[in-house]
Amino acid sequence: MSSTPAVEALDLVKRFGENTAVDHVSFVVPQGTVLGLLGPNGAGKTTTVRMLTTLSVPTSGTGRVAGHDVVKEPDAVRRSMGLTGQAATVDELLTGRENLRLIGRLSGLSRRYVAEATDSLLERFALSDAANRTVKTYSGGMRRRLDLAVSLIAAPPVLFLDEPTTGLDPRSRSELWEVLRGLVRDGTTLLLTTQYLEEADHLADDIVVIDKGRVIAAGTPTQLKDQAGRASVVLTLTNASDLARAADLVRSCSPEIHVEHAARRITAQAGGLGDMTRIGEVIADSGIQVDDLGLKRPSLDDVFLHLTGHRAEDGHEEAAAEDAGGHTESDSFEEAVR
Amino acid sequence: MTSISTTGLPTAEARPTINPPSLLQASGTIVWRNLIHIKRMPEMLLDVTVQSVMFVLLFAYVFGGSIAVAGSSYREFLLPGIMVQTMVFSSAVVAMGLTNDLQKGIVDRLKSLPISRASVLVGRSISSLIHSSIGIAVMGVTGLLVGWRIRSDLADATLGFLLLLLFGFAMVWLGIWVGSMMRTVEAVQGLMFTVMFPLTFVANTFAPTENMPDWLRVIAEWNPVSSLTQACRQLWGNAPAAPADAAWPLQHAVLMSVVWAFVLTAIFAPLALSAFRRRSRD
Repeated sequence: MSSTPAVEALDLVKRFGENTAVDHVSFVVPQGTVLGLLGPNGAGKTTTVRMLTTLSVPTSGTGRVAGHDVVKEPDAVRRSMGLTGQAATVDELLTGRENLRLIGRLSGLSRRYVAEATDSLLERFALSDAANRTVKTYSGGMRRRLDLAVSLIAAPPVLFLDEPTTGLDPRSRSELWEVLRGLVRDGTTLLLTTQYLEEADHLADDIVVIDKGRVIAAGTPTQLKDQAGRASVVLTLTNASDLARAADLVRSCSPEIHVEHAARRITAQAGGLGDMTRIGEVIADSGIQVDDLGLKRPSLDDVFLHLTGHRAEDGHEEAAAEDAGGHTESDSFEEAVR
Repeated sequence: MTSISTTGLPTAEARPTINPPSLLQASGTIVWRNLIHIKRMPEMLLDVTVQSVMFVLLFAYVFGGSIAVAGSSYREFLLPGIMVQTMVFSSAVVAMGLTNDLQKGIVDRLKSLPISRASVLVGRSISSLIHSSIGIAVMGVTGLLVGWRIRSDLADATLGFLLLLLFGFAMVWLGIWVGSMMRTVEAVQGLMFTVMFPLTFVANTFAPTENMPDWLRVIAEWNPVSSLTQACRQLWGNAPAAPADAAWPLQHAVLMSVVWAFVLTAIFAPLALSAFRRRSRD
């Protein structure tokens, strides 16, 4: 069993009329790992998740969740996974407790189990005080936490999260990240979509970059960053008067350097740690005083720019065009977020 | 306020036993949820309570004096008509509820669970019929206050209410069809009110059809709403049988109410299911 991947996308295709929202997407998520599906708005992330969670039927291709085929065995898939949708799909007129009870009972859990799990989830997600209040009164962060708690009531081995932190303030976001890391420690497999490069970088073991329905890159965050270009050594001097001398020394170690006078900073292209050590030694020998010396890898932002020619957050126009093609249930939410 | 503990969450190894609920159990749970909505937002009932009472009072006191009804008092004549109108409007209640759940992603969440997808519709239908029945009850009481009485025996009286429910069931399918196709609750409201008002007014609900222009009278008397209204009036002893020159469906009102309910179900149920399924595939 442990060799069965938790999630597999097998050549998934989804067309809405003329529009191809997902175009031959394949990937594998090993058990106990986190896959980040990264892409701009409208890239096809949500549609991919909807197919893998049996909400949408693929035009062709299929997927497997916990070894079950999403097209042929949707019921087995539904028993094996939890889903936290793009909009926090908790019921506003129900209390937190009632939301958990609703989904718990519909998940096929016994009354007693639901009662116990509800209490412990409310406590663990810091919602006990708000348990008997209607969700209408909750803050955005509380709704997301409740949404996640609801998805966890049946303790699914695989959890899908569609843009789990969109619209959250930075503090709520990092709290949610902490919760997600805890889940992974306990053995849950996560597949999360995000348009935040930082989020994928923080949480994911593997990243699949998707743009206009196609997978354009896949790998660990580090591999992807390496693909985007070489790292550089960044040297910040204490005194601007040393800049010229330092620049000459660094030039002897690196073919291409860039000097910023105002910032007293020299950026040198580097192959890796070895170059940094070499530059460090040369500068130390020269007696020039240094404020900071570091290796800067390209960020995932740079990766995305490199791969697609546009920034991750620039995809809104394409998103609108693609969504108009048929995928409508999330439109209202995306509009709300914008 | 927030310190979220990240240990001890339910884990993949310690999964609880899962016995997917039957269609009936799942529908029951969804009805429970929908009834909580009514409890939390009693204004949802305004359409079938205050509005219906207002209709009873308006027609009884404002128009009632000017509408002559053969063989009956206008208030006795009116009550079954308004009850039928309320039942017809249950299609709007279903449609608005369904569209709202679709729009908010609740249907998606339900669809991701190991339940029969039909339970989403069954649950919605049952709670909408309960919703409309509350309206019928409120109207019945209002009717009793203004002088409406059931003048028949228990069996006929019950049959009248069963016909109302049966017709409501057919209307539910219309509601599911509309609800599955529309994108916003406002659109549903706009469409339903535009269609439902003529449908319930071009009939014998509020005024006898005898005085209508000939062409309109034919439409009104073949309107399924008229058969049901006439059936309820006869069954409750609120009006004599339809006049001899009335169209055939009014002469056989009880039978035709049943037939209409089945015909409408046969038309709208396949449309509703295919629209919901189409929406569910994306």
